[in-house]
Amino acid sequence: MRNIFLFIRRFFTFFTFLLLQVTALWFLFTYNRFHRAKGLGVGNQITGWFNTQYNTVEDYFKMKEENRRIHKLNDSLMNLLPANFIRSDTSTHLLTDSIPYDTLGHYRQYRQRVAQVVYGTVNAEKNYFQINKGSKDGIKDDMGVLSSEGSLVGKVINVSPNFSVVMSLLHVQNKVNVLVKKTKSSGTIEWDAKDPRFLILKNIPVSDSILKGDTIITGSYSLSMPPGKMVGTVAEINKDPATNFFILKIKTAANFADLQQVFIVENLQHDEQEVLLEDTKKKM
Amino acid sequence: MSDLVRNIIRFAIFILLQVYLLNKIPFLHRFIAPYLYFLFILWLPFSISRMGLLVIGFITGISLDFFMMTPGLHAAACVLIAYLRPFIINILAPKDATGFSYREPSPRAMGWTPYIVYTLVLTLFHHSYMVLLEWLSFGSILDFIIKIVATTGISMLLIITTELLFPRRMKFRTNTA
Repeated sequence: MRNIFLFIRRFFTFFTFLLLQVTALWFLFTYNRFHRAKGLGVGNQITGWFNTQYNTVEDYFKMKEENRRIHKLNDSLMNLLPANFIRSDTSTHLLTDSIPYDTLGHYRQYRQRVAQVVYGTVNAEKNYFQINKGSKDGIKDDMGVLSSEGSLVGKVINVSPNFSVVMSLLHVQNKVNVLVKKTKSSGTIEWDAKDPRFLILKNIPVSDSILKGDTIITGSYSLSMPPGKMVGTVAEINKDPATNFFILKIKTAANFADLQQVFIVENLQHDEQEVLLEDTKKKM
Repeated sequence: MSDLVRNIIRFAIFILLQVYLLNKIPFLHRFIAPYLYFLFILWLPFSISRMGLLVIGFITGISLDFFMMTPGLHAAACVLIAYLRPFIINILAPKDATGFSYREPSPRAMGWTPYIVYTLVLTLFHHSYMVLLEWLSFGSILDFIIKIVATTGISMLLIITTELLFPRRMKFRTNTA
Protein backbone atom coordinates (compact mmCIF):
# COMPACT_ATOMS: atom_id res chain seq x y z
CA MET A 1 0.00 0.00 0.00
CA ARG A 2 2.76 2.38 0.99
CA ASN A 3 4.51 1.67 -2.29
CA ILE A 4 1.40 2.62 -4.23
CA PHE A 5 1.24 5.96 -2.46
CA LEU A 6 4.94 6.52 -3.06
CA PHE A 7 4.45 5.65 -6.71
CA ILE A 8 1.53 8.06 -7.07
CA ARG A 9 3.45 10.82 -5.31
CA ARG A 10 6.50 10.34 -7.44
CA PHE A 11 4.58 10.56 -10.70
CA PHE A 12 1.94 13.00 -9.46
CA THR A 13 2.74 15.61 -12.14
CA PHE A 14 2.57 12.99 -14.83
CA PHE A 15 -0.82 11.80 -13.61
CA THR A 16 -2.14 15.35 -13.56
CA PHE A 17 -0.87 15.73 -17.10
CA LEU A 18 -2.71 12.58 -18.15
CA LEU A 19 -5.87 13.70 -16.37
CA LEU A 20 -5.91 17.11 -18.09
CA GLN A 21 -5.14 15.49 -21.46
CA VAL A 22 -8.01 13.06 -21.08
CA THR A 23 -10.38 15.88 -20.05
CA ALA A 24 -9.38 17.93 -23.10
CA LEU A 25 -9.72 14.99 -25.47
CA TRP A 26 -13.08 14.05 -23.95
CA PHE A 27 -14.32 17.60 -24.61
CA LEU A 28 -13.03 17.37 -28.16
CA PHE A 29 -14.42 13.99 -29.16
CA THR A 30 -17.81 14.37 -27.52
CA TYR A 31 -18.32 17.87 -28.88
CA ASN A 32 -21.31 16.96 -31.04
CA ARG A 33 -23.23 15.77 -27.99
CA PHE A 34 -21.48 18.02 -25.50
CA HIS A 35 -22.43 21.27 -27.18
CA ARG A 36 -25.89 21.12 -25.68
CA ALA A 37 -24.42 20.87 -22.19
CA LYS A 38 -24.53 23.80 -19.85
CA GLY A 39 -20.78 24.48 -19.75
CA LEU A 40 -20.57 25.57 -23.34
CA GLY A 41 -23.73 27.64 -23.07
CA VAL A 42 -22.06 29.72 -20.35
CA GLY A 43 -18.89 29.93 -22.42
CA ASN A 44 -21.04 31.08 -25.33
CA GLN A 45 -22.50 33.91 -23.23
CA ILE A 46 -19.04 35.13 -22.19
CA THR A 47 -17.40 34.94 -25.62
CA GLY A 48 -20.57 36.49 -27.02
CA TRP A 49 -20.06 39.57 -24.86
CA PHE A 50 -16.45 39.99 -26.02
CA ASN A 51 -17.44 39.40 -29.63
CA THR A 52 -20.18 42.04 -29.46
CA GLN A 53 -17.68 44.62 -28.22
CA TYR A 54 -15.29 43.76 -31.03
CA ASN A 55 -18.08 43.78 -33.57
CA THR A 56 -19.14 47.34 -32.80
CA VAL A 57 -15.70 48.43 -34.01
CA GLU A 58 -15.52 46.04 -36.95
CA ASP A 59 -18.92 47.15 -38.28
CA TYR A 60 -17.54 50.50 -39.37
CA PHE A 61 -15.18 48.90 -41.83
CA LYS A 62 -17.80 46.75 -43.50
CA MET A 63 -20.71 49.14 -43.52
CA LYS A 64 -20.39 50.30 -47.10
CA GLU A 65 -20.40 46.85 -48.65
CA GLU A 66 -23.24 45.72 -46.38
CA ASN A 67 -25.28 48.77 -47.35
CA ARG A 68 -24.90 47.89 -51.01
CA ARG A 69 -26.16 44.36 -50.42
CA ILE A 70 -29.15 45.50 -48.33
CA HIS A 71 -30.03 47.96 -51.03
CA LYS A 72 -29.91 45.26 -53.65
CA LEU A 73 -32.16 42.98 -51.62
CA ASN A 74 -34.57 45.84 -50.90
CA ASP A 75 -34.67 46.57 -54.58
CA SER A 76 -35.66 43.01 -55.43
CA LEU A 77 -38.34 43.03 -52.71
CA MET A 78 -39.76 46.37 -53.85
CA ASN A 79 -40.40 44.79 -57.21
CA LEU A 80 -42.57 42.15 -55.58
CA LEU A 81 -44.92 44.64 -53.90
CA PRO A 82 -48.55 44.12 -54.91
CA ALA A 83 -48.78 47.84 -55.72
CA ASN A 84 -46.59 47.21 -58.76
CA PHE A 85 -49.18 45.04 -60.40
CA ILE A 86 -52.33 46.31 -62.01
CA ARG A 87 -55.28 43.96 -61.77
CA SER A 88 -58.06 44.19 -64.28
CA ASP A 89 -60.55 42.63 -61.89
CA THR A 90 -61.34 45.33 -59.32
CA SER A 91 -63.68 43.23 -57.22
CA THR A 92 -60.85 41.26 -55.57
CA HIS A 93 -57.69 42.53 -54.08
CA LEU A 94 -54.59 40.76 -52.88
CA LEU A 95 -54.20 40.38 -49.14
CA THR A 96 -50.85 39.71 -47.56
CA ASP A 97 -50.58 39.49 -43.82
CA SER A 98 -48.36 37.92 -41.23
CA ILE A 99 -50.86 35.63 -39.49
CA PRO A 100 -50.23 31.94 -40.17
CA TYR A 101 -53.48 31.28 -42.07
CA ASP A 102 -55.19 33.53 -44.54
CA THR A 103 -58.66 33.17 -45.95
CA LEU A 104 -57.44 31.46 -49.09
CA GLY A 105 -56.00 28.55 -47.09
CA HIS A 106 -52.40 29.56 -47.59
CA TYR A 107 -50.26 28.93 -44.59
CA ARG A 108 -46.89 30.21 -43.69
CA GLN A 109 -44.14 27.61 -43.59
CA TYR A 110 -41.01 29.72 -43.17
CA ARG A 111 -40.46 32.68 -40.90
CA GLN A 112 -37.32 34.81 -41.10
CA ARG A 113 -35.56 36.73 -38.37
CA VAL A 114 -32.61 39.07 -38.72
CA ALA A 115 -29.43 38.76 -36.70
CA GLN A 116 -25.94 40.15 -36.72
CA VAL A 117 -22.78 38.07 -37.00
CA VAL A 118 -20.50 38.92 -34.08
CA TYR A 119 -17.62 36.53 -34.74
CA GLY A 120 -16.61 34.06 -37.40
CA THR A 121 -13.64 32.33 -38.99
CA VAL A 122 -12.86 30.97 -42.45
CA ASN A 123 -9.32 29.69 -41.81
CA ALA A 124 -10.04 26.49 -39.88
CA GLU A 125 -11.26 23.10 -41.09
CA LYS A 126 -14.36 23.50 -38.98
CA ASN A 127 -15.64 27.03 -39.26
CA TYR A 128 -18.40 28.42 -37.10
CA PHE A 129 -19.81 31.85 -36.55
CA GLN A 130 -21.63 33.41 -33.68
CA ILE A 131 -24.79 35.54 -34.03
CA ASN A 132 -26.42 37.88 -31.55
CA LYS A 133 -29.83 36.19 -31.30
CA GLY A 134 -30.50 33.26 -28.99
CA SER A 135 -33.23 31.19 -27.38
CA LYS A 136 -34.81 34.36 -25.95
CA ASP A 137 -35.53 35.45 -29.53
CA GLY A 138 -36.94 32.05 -30.45
CA ILE A 139 -33.84 30.64 -32.15
CA LYS A 140 -33.61 26.84 -31.99
CA ASP A 141 -31.11 24.25 -33.14
CA ASP A 142 -31.20 23.26 -36.81
CA MET A 143 -32.59 26.50 -38.25
CA GLY A 144 -31.17 27.57 -41.61
CA VAL A 145 -29.12 30.76 -41.95
CA LEU A 146 -29.09 32.98 -45.05
CA SER A 147 -26.79 35.88 -45.90
CA SER A 148 -28.09 39.40 -46.43
CA GLU A 149 -28.32 38.64 -50.16
CA GLY A 150 -30.51 35.64 -49.44
CA SER A 151 -27.96 32.91 -50.17
CA LEU A 152 -27.36 29.95 -47.89
CA VAL A 153 -24.52 30.21 -45.34
CA GLY A 154 -25.14 27.55 -42.69
CA LYS A 155 -27.34 26.24 -39.91
CA VAL A 156 -27.71 26.83 -36.16
CA ILE A 157 -26.12 24.13 -34.01
CA ASN A 158 -26.00 25.59 -30.51
CA VAL A 159 -28.09 28.17 -28.68
CA SER A 160 -27.59 30.14 -25.48
CA PRO A 161 -30.08 32.75 -24.15
CA ASN A 162 -28.67 35.68 -26.15
CA PHE A 163 -26.33 34.14 -28.73
CA SER A 164 -26.21 31.18 -31.10
CA VAL A 165 -23.45 29.32 -32.87
CA VAL A 166 -23.90 28.62 -36.57
CA MET A 167 -22.08 25.86 -38.42
CA SER A 168 -20.92 27.52 -41.62
CA LEU A 169 -21.07 25.79 -45.02
CA LEU A 170 -17.27 25.85 -44.68
CA HIS A 171 -17.19 22.91 -42.28
CA VAL A 172 -15.82 19.49 -43.23
CA GLN A 173 -18.80 17.70 -41.67
CA ASN A 174 -21.34 19.91 -43.38
CA LYS A 175 -23.60 18.25 -45.94
CA VAL A 176 -26.48 20.05 -47.62
CA ASN A 177 -28.91 18.76 -50.21
CA VAL A 178 -28.86 21.01 -53.31
CA LEU A 179 -30.25 21.15 -56.85
CA VAL A 180 -28.79 22.26 -60.15
CA LYS A 181 -31.39 24.87 -61.07
CA LYS A 182 -31.33 24.14 -64.80
CA THR A 183 -31.54 20.33 -64.83
CA LYS A 184 -33.21 19.80 -61.42
CA SER A 185 -30.82 16.98 -60.53
CA SER A 186 -30.00 16.86 -56.87
CA GLY A 187 -26.73 16.26 -55.08
CA THR A 188 -24.95 16.87 -51.81
CA ILE A 189 -22.69 19.81 -51.31
CA GLU A 190 -19.69 19.61 -49.00
CA TRP A 191 -16.42 21.39 -48.29
CA ASP A 192 -12.92 19.96 -48.75
CA ALA A 193 -11.23 22.45 -46.37
CA LYS A 194 -9.04 23.80 -49.16
CA ASP A 195 -10.35 27.16 -50.26
CA PRO A 196 -13.14 29.12 -48.51
CA ARG A 197 -14.38 30.48 -51.84
CA PHE A 198 -15.29 27.07 -53.27
CA LEU A 199 -17.49 24.13 -52.26
CA ILE A 200 -17.57 20.66 -53.81
CA LEU A 201 -20.68 19.12 -55.37
CA LYS A 202 -20.71 15.41 -56.23
CA ASN A 203 -23.44 12.98 -57.37
CA ILE A 204 -24.49 14.91 -60.48
CA PRO A 205 -24.58 12.35 -63.34
CA VAL A 206 -22.44 13.12 -66.41
CA SER A 207 -25.51 12.78 -68.60
CA ASP A 208 -26.58 16.22 -67.36
CA SER A 209 -25.35 19.10 -69.47
CA ILE A 210 -23.63 21.29 -66.93
CA LEU A 211 -21.97 24.53 -67.98
CA LYS A 212 -19.77 26.95 -66.13
CA GLY A 213 -21.88 29.55 -64.34
CA ASP A 214 -24.92 27.30 -63.79
CA THR A 215 -26.82 28.16 -60.63
CA ILE A 216 -26.95 25.81 -57.65
CA ILE A 217 -29.92 26.23 -55.28
CA THR A 218 -31.00 24.49 -52.08
CA GLY A 219 -33.05 21.34 -52.52
CA SER A 220 -36.42 20.57 -50.99
CA TYR A 221 -35.40 17.55 -48.92
CA SER A 222 -34.15 19.49 -45.93
CA LEU A 223 -36.19 20.13 -42.79
CA SER A 224 -34.30 23.29 -41.92
CA MET A 225 -33.41 24.99 -45.21
CA PRO A 226 -36.07 26.63 -47.36
CA PRO A 227 -35.96 25.31 -50.95
CA GLY A 228 -34.82 27.41 -53.89
CA LYS A 229 -32.28 29.58 -52.09
CA MET A 230 -29.09 30.48 -53.92
CA VAL A 231 -25.98 28.50 -52.90
CA GLY A 232 -23.47 29.32 -55.62
CA THR A 233 -22.50 28.96 -59.26
CA VAL A 234 -20.47 26.29 -61.04
CA ALA A 235 -16.84 27.41 -61.36
CA GLU A 236 -15.05 24.29 -62.52
CA ILE A 237 -16.27 21.04 -64.08
CA ASN A 238 -14.36 17.78 -63.54
CA LYS A 239 -15.43 14.24 -64.32
CA ASP A 240 -14.75 11.52 -61.81
CA PRO A 241 -13.07 8.80 -63.93
CA ALA A 242 -14.12 6.03 -61.52
CA THR A 243 -17.85 6.73 -61.50
CA ASN A 244 -20.28 8.33 -63.88
CA PHE A 245 -20.56 11.51 -61.89
CA PHE A 246 -19.26 15.06 -62.06
CA ILE A 247 -17.10 16.60 -59.38
CA LEU A 248 -18.15 20.23 -59.55
CA LYS A 249 -16.38 23.12 -57.92
CA ILE A 250 -18.97 25.64 -56.75
CA LYS A 251 -18.20 29.31 -56.20
CA THR A 252 -20.18 30.32 -53.10
CA ALA A 253 -22.68 33.12 -53.53
CA ALA A 254 -22.01 34.47 -50.04
CA ASN A 255 -18.67 35.93 -49.06
CA PHE A 256 -18.02 34.14 -45.76
CA ALA A 257 -15.16 36.42 -44.77
CA ASP A 258 -17.34 39.49 -44.36
CA LEU A 259 -20.74 38.29 -43.23
CA GLN A 260 -22.49 40.98 -41.19
CA GLN A 261 -26.27 40.75 -41.33
CA VAL A 262 -27.92 37.35 -41.70
CA PHE A 263 -31.44 35.94 -41.83
CA ILE A 264 -32.39 32.98 -39.67
CA VAL A 265 -35.10 30.90 -41.28
CA GLU A 266 -37.47 28.92 -39.12
CA ASN A 267 -39.45 26.07 -40.60
CA LEU A 268 -42.72 26.30 -38.67
CA GLN A 269 -43.53 22.69 -39.54
CA HIS A 270 -40.10 21.43 -38.47
CA ASP A 271 -41.29 19.69 -35.29
CA GLU A 272 -44.24 18.02 -36.96
CA GLN A 273 -42.06 16.73 -39.80
CA GLU A 274 -39.46 15.45 -37.39
CA VAL A 275 -42.01 13.66 -35.21
CA LEU A 276 -43.44 12.02 -38.32
CA LEU A 277 -39.98 10.83 -39.38
CA GLU A 278 -39.28 9.43 -35.90
CA ASP A 279 -42.64 7.64 -35.81
CA THR A 280 -42.02 6.14 -39.22
CA LYS A 281 -38.67 4.79 -38.05
CA LYS A 282 -40.39 3.12 -35.07
CA LYS A 283 -43.00 1.46 -37.28
CA MET A 284 -40.51 0.04 -39.77
CA MET B 1 4.59 45.11 -11.32
CA SER B 2 4.33 41.69 -9.74
CA ASP B 3 4.67 38.52 -11.75
CA LEU B 4 1.03 37.65 -11.18
CA VAL B 5 -0.38 40.94 -12.47
CA ARG B 6 2.01 40.99 -15.41
CA ASN B 7 1.04 37.48 -16.46
CA ILE B 8 -2.68 38.11 -16.12
CA ILE B 9 -2.39 41.13 -18.43
CA ARG B 10 -0.24 39.13 -20.80
CA PHE B 11 -2.81 36.30 -20.83
CA ALA B 12 -5.61 38.68 -21.82
CA ILE B 13 -3.47 40.32 -24.52
CA PHE B 14 -2.36 37.01 -26.05
CA ILE B 15 -5.86 35.51 -26.15
CA LEU B 16 -7.49 38.66 -27.59
CA LEU B 17 -4.66 39.09 -30.11
CA GLN B 18 -5.11 35.51 -31.26
CA VAL B 19 -8.91 35.69 -31.46
CA TYR B 20 -9.40 39.15 -32.95
CA LEU B 21 -6.27 39.70 -35.01
CA LEU B 22 -4.56 36.49 -36.06
CA ASN B 23 -7.75 34.46 -36.60
CA LYS B 24 -9.22 37.35 -38.57
CA ILE B 25 -6.38 37.53 -41.10
CA PRO B 26 -7.88 37.05 -44.57
CA PHE B 27 -7.43 33.65 -46.11
CA LEU B 28 -4.01 33.26 -47.76
CA HIS B 29 -3.55 29.56 -48.21
CA ARG B 30 -5.06 26.46 -46.67
CA PHE B 31 -1.80 25.54 -44.92
CA ILE B 32 -1.25 28.93 -43.33
CA ALA B 33 -2.80 29.47 -39.92
CA PRO B 34 -0.94 31.99 -37.76
CA TYR B 35 -0.66 30.98 -34.09
CA LEU B 36 1.02 33.00 -31.38
CA TYR B 37 -1.04 32.64 -28.19
CA PHE B 38 0.99 29.69 -26.82
CA LEU B 39 3.96 32.06 -26.41
CA PHE B 40 2.21 32.99 -23.16
CA ILE B 41 3.08 29.55 -21.79
CA LEU B 42 6.67 29.79 -23.06
CA TRP B 43 7.07 33.15 -21.29
CA LEU B 44 5.87 32.02 -17.85
CA PRO B 45 8.47 32.45 -15.10
CA PHE B 46 11.12 29.80 -14.37
CA SER B 47 10.00 29.65 -10.75
CA ILE B 48 6.50 28.34 -11.45
CA SER B 49 5.78 24.77 -10.28
CA ARG B 50 5.16 21.99 -12.76
CA MET B 51 1.63 21.46 -11.48
CA GLY B 52 0.91 25.17 -11.83
CA LEU B 53 2.21 25.09 -15.39
CA LEU B 54 -0.16 22.27 -16.33
CA VAL B 55 -3.19 24.02 -14.86
CA ILE B 56 -2.31 27.37 -16.49
CA GLY B 57 -1.73 25.58 -19.80
CA PHE B 58 -5.15 23.97 -19.60
CA ILE B 59 -6.87 27.27 -18.76
CA THR B 60 -5.08 29.07 -21.62
CA GLY B 61 -6.10 26.41 -24.11
CA ILE B 62 -9.70 26.12 -23.01
CA SER B 63 -10.17 29.93 -23.07
CA LEU B 64 -9.10 30.03 -26.70
CA ASP B 65 -11.25 26.96 -27.40
CA PHE B 66 -14.39 28.70 -26.20
CA PHE B 67 -13.76 31.50 -28.68
CA MET B 68 -12.93 29.12 -31.52
CA MET B 69 -15.80 26.75 -30.63
CA THR B 70 -13.48 23.74 -30.63
CA PRO B 71 -13.58 22.65 -26.96
CA GLY B 72 -10.50 20.63 -26.01
CA LEU B 73 -8.39 21.05 -29.15
CA HIS B 74 -6.07 23.84 -28.04
CA ALA B 75 -6.35 22.78 -24.39
CA ALA B 76 -4.84 19.37 -25.20
CA ALA B 77 -1.93 20.92 -27.13
CA CYS B 78 -1.27 23.53 -24.40
CA VAL B 79 -1.23 20.91 -21.63
CA LEU B 80 1.29 18.93 -23.68
CA ILE B 81 3.73 21.83 -24.08
CA ALA B 82 3.22 22.88 -20.45
CA TYR B 83 4.25 19.36 -19.43
CA LEU B 84 7.29 19.27 -21.73
CA ARG B 85 8.53 22.81 -20.96
CA PRO B 86 10.55 22.03 -17.78
CA PHE B 87 12.39 19.17 -19.53
CA ILE B 88 13.42 21.35 -22.48
CA ILE B 89 14.51 24.16 -20.16
CA ASN B 90 16.62 21.73 -18.11
CA ILE B 91 18.43 20.61 -21.24
CA LEU B 92 18.96 24.09 -22.69
CA ALA B 93 19.43 26.39 -19.70
CA PRO B 94 23.00 27.55 -19.07
CA LYS B 95 24.59 25.50 -16.33
CA ASP B 96 26.21 28.41 -14.49
CA ALA B 97 24.14 30.35 -11.98
CA THR B 98 23.91 33.57 -14.04
CA GLY B 99 21.22 32.01 -16.19
CA PHE B 100 18.88 31.89 -13.26
CA SER B 101 19.16 35.54 -12.36
CA TYR B 102 16.46 36.11 -14.94
CA ARG B 103 12.80 35.61 -14.14
CA GLU B 104 11.57 34.01 -17.32
CA PRO B 105 12.79 32.48 -20.58
CA SER B 106 13.95 35.14 -23.03
CA PRO B 107 16.75 35.48 -25.58
CA ARG B 108 18.70 37.47 -22.98
CA ALA B 109 18.30 34.89 -20.25
CA MET B 110 19.16 31.86 -22.36
CA GLY B 111 21.08 33.24 -25.35
CA TRP B 112 19.56 33.47 -28.84
CA THR B 113 20.41 29.98 -30.09
CA PRO B 114 19.13 28.01 -27.08
CA TYR B 115 16.06 30.24 -26.93
CA ILE B 116 15.21 29.59 -30.57
CA VAL B 117 15.72 25.86 -30.12
CA TYR B 118 13.48 26.00 -27.04
CA THR B 119 10.65 27.80 -28.88
CA LEU B 120 11.10 25.72 -32.02
CA VAL B 121 10.82 22.39 -30.19
CA LEU B 122 7.74 23.42 -28.19
CA THR B 123 6.09 25.07 -31.22
CA LEU B 124 6.64 21.89 -33.19
CA PHE B 125 5.11 19.77 -30.41
CA HIS B 126 2.14 22.13 -30.08
CA HIS B 127 1.37 22.23 -33.79
CA SER B 128 1.99 18.53 -34.45
CA TYR B 129 -0.36 17.50 -31.67
CA MET B 130 -3.01 20.06 -32.62
CA VAL B 131 -2.92 19.30 -36.35
CA LEU B 132 -2.95 15.57 -35.58
CA LEU B 133 -6.12 15.93 -33.49
CA GLU B 134 -7.68 18.22 -36.08
CA TRP B 135 -6.97 15.87 -38.98
CA LEU B 136 -7.77 12.58 -37.25
CA SER B 137 -11.21 12.72 -38.76
CA PHE B 138 -10.19 14.25 -42.04
CA GLY B 139 -7.34 14.62 -44.51
CA SER B 140 -4.28 12.85 -45.89
CA ILE B 141 -0.81 12.24 -44.45
CA LEU B 142 1.00 14.56 -46.87
CA ASP B 143 -1.33 17.45 -46.03
CA PHE B 144 -0.73 16.72 -42.36
CA ILE B 145 3.07 17.00 -42.66
CA ILE B 146 3.02 20.11 -44.88
CA LYS B 147 0.60 21.78 -42.52
CA ILE B 148 2.80 21.14 -39.47
CA VAL B 149 5.88 22.53 -41.22
CA ALA B 150 4.06 25.58 -42.63
CA THR B 151 2.29 26.57 -39.39
CA THR B 152 5.50 26.06 -37.39
CA GLY B 153 7.38 28.30 -39.82
CA ILE B 154 4.76 31.05 -39.53
CA SER B 155 4.69 30.77 -35.74
CA MET B 156 8.49 30.98 -35.47
CA LEU B 157 8.44 34.08 -37.67
CA LEU B 158 5.84 35.66 -35.38
CA ILE B 159 7.72 34.68 -32.21
CA ILE B 160 11.06 36.08 -33.42
CA THR B 161 9.34 39.29 -34.56
CA THR B 162 7.70 39.60 -31.15
CA GLU B 163 11.04 39.09 -29.38
CA LEU B 164 12.72 41.76 -31.50
CA LEU B 165 9.86 44.25 -31.09
CA PHE B 166 9.28 43.73 -27.36
CA PRO B 167 12.58 42.81 -25.71
CA ARG B 168 12.06 41.90 -22.05
CA ARG B 169 14.88 42.89 -19.71
CA MET B 170 13.66 41.48 -16.45
CA LYS B 171 16.26 40.49 -13.93
CA PHE B 172 16.05 39.52 -10.30
CA ARG B 173 17.60 42.07 -8.01
CA THR B 174 20.70 40.37 -6.68
CA ASN B 175 23.79 41.66 -4.93
CA THR B 176 26.14 40.12 -7.47
CA ALA B 177 26.15 43.35 -9.51
